[in-house]
Amino acid sequence: MSRSTTLWRTAALLAASGIALAACGTTGGGDDPTGNGDGGGGNDAGGDCSAVFAYVGPLTGPAANLGINIVNGSTLALEQFLEANPDCEVTLERFDTQGDPAQATSLVGEIVGNDDIIGVVGPTFSGETAATGEVFAQAGLVTVSPSATNPALTTNGWDTFHRIIGNDDTQAPAVATYLENIGAEGVFVIDDASEYGAGLGGGVVDALGDLVVGTETIQVGDTDFGPAVTAVNASGADAVYFAGYYAEAGALVSQLRSGGYDGLFMSGDGALDPGFVEAAGAAADGAVLTCPCAPADEEFTAAYQESAGQEPGTYSTEGFDALNILLQGLLEGNTDRASMLEWVNGYDAEGITKHIKFDESGEVAEVVVYAYPVADGAIQLGEPIE
Amino acid sequence: MSQTTSAPPRRSRRDLLGGLRRRLSGMPRWAQFLLMVAIALLCYVLPLLEPPIISTPGTDFGGVLFTVSVYVLVAVGLNIVVGYAGLLDLGYVGFYAIGAYTVGVLTAQHATWPWLLSLPVALVVTMVSGVLLGWPTLRVRGDYLAIVTLGFGEIVRLTLINSEWLGAARGIRPIPSPPSLPLFEVPHLDWSTGVPLVDFSDTTTFIEFGVTDPIPFYWLALTLIILVLLADKRIKDSRVGRAWEATREDEDAAELMGVPTFRFKLLAFAIGAFVGGIAGSLFATRQTFINPESFTLLISILFLSAVVVGGQGNRWGAVIGAVVVAYLPERFRGFEQWRVLVFGLALMLLAIYRPQGLLPPRRTVRAQRMEAETEALEVGEEPEDAVIAAGGPTPDDAAPTDEGSSRG
Amino acid sequence: MAFQYVLDQFVSLFVGGLVFGSVYALIALGYTMVYGVLQLINFAHSEVFMFGTFATVWALWLVGADATTAGVALVASLAVAMLIAMITSGGVALLLERVAYRPLLNRGAPRLIALISAIGASFVLSELMGLRGALASALGVDDVLGRYVARSRENLGLPTDRTFTVQFEVLGYGVTNKDIIIVLAALLMMIAADQFIRRTRLGRGIRAVAQDPESASLMGVNSTRVIQLTFLIGGLLAGAAATLYMLQVGLTRYNAGFLLGVKAFTAAVLGGIGNLRGALVGGLVLGVAESLGSGLFGSEWRHVVAFVLLVVILLFRPTGLLGESLGKARA
Repeated sequence: MSRSTTLWRTAALLAASGIALAACGTTGGGDDPTGNGDGGGGNDAGGDCSAVFAYVGPLTGPAANLGINIVNGSTLALEQFLEANPDCEVTLERFDTQGDPAQATSLVGEIVGNDDIIGVVGPTFSGETAATGEVFAQAGLVTVSPSATNPALTTNGWDTFHRIIGNDDTQAPAVATYLENIGAEGVFVIDDASEYGAGLGGGVVDALGDLVVGTETIQVGDTDFGPAVTAVNASGADAVYFAGYYAEAGALVSQLRSGGYDGLFMSGDGALDPGFVEAAGAAADGAVLTCPCAPADEEFTAAYQESAGQEPGTYSTEGFDALNILLQGLLEGNTDRASMLEWVNGYDAEGITKHIKFDESGEVAEVVVYAYPVADGAIQLGEPIE
Repeated sequence: MSQTTSAPPRRSRRDLLGGLRRRLSGMPRWAQFLLMVAIALLCYVLPLLEPPIISTPGTDFGGVLFTVSVYVLVAVGLNIVVGYAGLLDLGYVGFYAIGAYTVGVLTAQHATWPWLLSLPVALVVTMVSGVLLGWPTLRVRGDYLAIVTLGFGEIVRLTLINSEWLGAARGIRPIPSPPSLPLFEVPHLDWSTGVPLVDFSDTTTFIEFGVTDPIPFYWLALTLIILVLLADKRIKDSRVGRAWEATREDEDAAELMGVPTFRFKLLAFAIGAFVGGIAGSLFATRQTFINPESFTLLISILFLSAVVVGGQGNRWGAVIGAVVVAYLPERFRGFEQWRVLVFGLALMLLAIYRPQGLLPPRRTVRAQRMEAETEALEVGEEPEDAVIAAGGPTPDDAAPTDEGSSRG
Repeated sequence: MAFQYVLDQFVSLFVGGLVFGSVYALIALGYTMVYGVLQLINFAHSEVFMFGTFATVWALWLVGADATTAGVALVASLAVAMLIAMITSGGVALLLERVAYRPLLNRGAPRLIALISAIGASFVLSELMGLRGALASALGVDDVLGRYVARSRENLGLPTDRTFTVQFEVLGYGVTNKDIIIVLAALLMMIAADQFIRRTRLGRGIRAVAQDPESASLMGVNSTRVIQLTFLIGGLLAGAAATLYMLQVGLTRYNAGFLLGVKAFTAAVLGGIGNLRGALVGGLVLGVAESLGSGLFGSEWRHVVAFVLLVVILLFRPTGLLGESLGKARA
């Protein structure tokens, strides 16, 4: 039975290596009984302004686009910072969740386990934020989300959570104001059943009150909106508000137009993306998109284009601002998690999107909602809604 | 029980796993047992060892191991349905979701039960849902069942998204952890210097379930996997397992021989659902947050891929398949955008070069061998050449036929 | 309340369902034919369709059609686009057969593994489309290809004008030329396919292999040829469906095939898989049921309606509405 012998030899080898491994382990522990020799503090060489930040959000998968917008914005902020402070060693590590809360949990486990990381841009979506907020809170690692807008996220008592964008409840009243200002007589509200869409759509319905002539819910990923078009036409609405993302918004407006609807089409920040106009083409002209986010000015657009090689999209400016808060904190000498958290909590300065200051729960204090008209095949500069 | 009677095999170099299997079955019983215990122990300490090549750069190794273990549970459960009973189930994620959501509803959404109390309820609910789905649908055959179960999975997901009562797209949080019993701290190894060092600054508490450390959840999952595997073996080797096999191979013949096939299929569905429910409940408590996004059709397809990749009908195949499907994408995070493409290519290559799965059940291996022999005889070639060409072992390795049926 | 609404809007919902159902039916044909011949679920057929939608847009770009194109020029460019979409989808289907199926069938792999191969192929095809930008830049040809590979994960819209003229009214609902074109084109294609299989020599070969592959090959039918032909026809029809779909929906995406594929397969099963006419009936029934169901319960329950309908029909007619019969009723 020669094969048994081989096997035992293998087993013996395994056992031996196991012992060896245990031996080295003990030796290692003996050399450094406090255990502080490894782990954090690996980047002391760079001086006081060296740090690692993390971006958490989708970079691949169906929702990648929003994440890429953000990370490009943050990267631009980092590039400008490094140019101004060439002595600093700052990196932005990217953690790709694909927008999936389940993947986000393990990634965040890694992030909080890495003591070098002292601040986080993200998480991008409300779902992954809900799944990981508790972990960040327990680790005392500050997060600044450029895009997670679900109102409930600030009600969990996580003092590490911040967002530099108004939540969905702040956008809805502005939408109502806009529609009332232009004298809409009947508004049809459609949402996409996503966490974001359902929250925003529900808020808009509440804010509009009697002006709502009908509601409909579609699903993310759907492409045929025939029944919704029928419902809109049957309701006699002169305005449609769609709470959802640009992929569905493009198809919806396209089908509404070809279905004979000629009233106003409005949507929210989820649709504020060049992809909306590109896909819907002429049908998008005349649409109005609301967003609690400020338009990118020409200077930013030019710099962004040079850095990222594409136009800034939704949340690009917020991505820029989010990392900027952390970078400024670093310049002020906040090089560990606790002081960085304190810095962000006390932050009070002008960003490129708005004046940034957080309240107790992490909501940004000042929210301005802008209305972006679509004309001539492009999203035009937004005007604040008053 | 004739593991000692098989002749020394001459291995084809292309069939490493098969060779390993024969080697294992050639060992004495007690040695097999010891090896199993050793492997199980190794699995338990794996997240503490964080061995360099196996460990996942860029994401938490313990968390990945937990995800892998959930996939393993699911694959073992789905293997009962697909592999043993031969029922193609494309909507298995539905049971997984029902398990997770029952826990979510009872512990967070509408009540504040402790997790341990909600677990049995969740398992009963998933089992009942398995029976409820199976009762009408198991009468349809083959591929119709595939599309019906696919529909079931989608119905579950869409119902979750669209009903306020279940939290809609917002999902449910916070789902509590199992009760902790903190006894002592276990240090991790640190390989950053190239040699393993015991890192006392990075420890896991035995056993404290918390959001920051997934390792206790992994241990819990691993324990459940072992229990499920033991139960799986008992069932497979019993009358029930043989009835499933008969049903799978020829339903009419089985029925004629007095096997109540419908009842056994239903049983397979219920047991499969039960295991899926365990996995779902674990996922919910580790995640503390669930929303419908985690229960898409794509996940169902990944589950099925795990079973088929590993070798349907073999519980160890299912385990290996699940590890492949859940672990590899996390290990090779560097690829980022190429991940799905590579995964697709891997599935295709595997289907072409290893169509029986990585670790097919013994029966399949034997059947394949016989087929190759028959083929060779028909064509009139030397049987040995044909068999070697088919990548199988040489005929003199043919084990007595009673061997495989006792240990599938 | 909801019933009243459905009654009021019946024609609108019904026509909408019929139009989308025609698209389902054309895609379902591909599933049903492959199933009839090989007893395999060709999971990657949805990506064959998806390639057709992109080919449609690219073809329109190539011929220079844009929002201002109208009249005969528009019809002609759409026709060209459809032809190119059919050729593209047919080509992808043949490639799929060659790469993902034939190596398996030659080795006598179990049926489930063919499904895994198809799932793999489906991932690969849709990712190739989604990664075309990254691939092009890796090869250094992204500047040459320009907008053909730009923003490859994003929606791609039909460049032509999508306002349609009402041809006639039925009970207050204006039926547009688009509605008529889609339903008629789909019907014509399906009749052509049906006749091809019933009347021609090649079609007889397909039926023979579907009935009994071994006897067919003994009788001199080249089964590889037949399988190729089956994939080709399925692909051509999926390409046609793709252009019609673009007319109806207006945009596409690298992952647009998935949901539609699931639905088309549902339609094929609903009608009786393996049965060409069953695919037509299944597609139309599914389309109309979804549309009316959306009207009745709200669009969010659309897919639930579709799958519940499937379960109910299979309970009463276990082999679908028209039964299985590309060749015979299978045991």
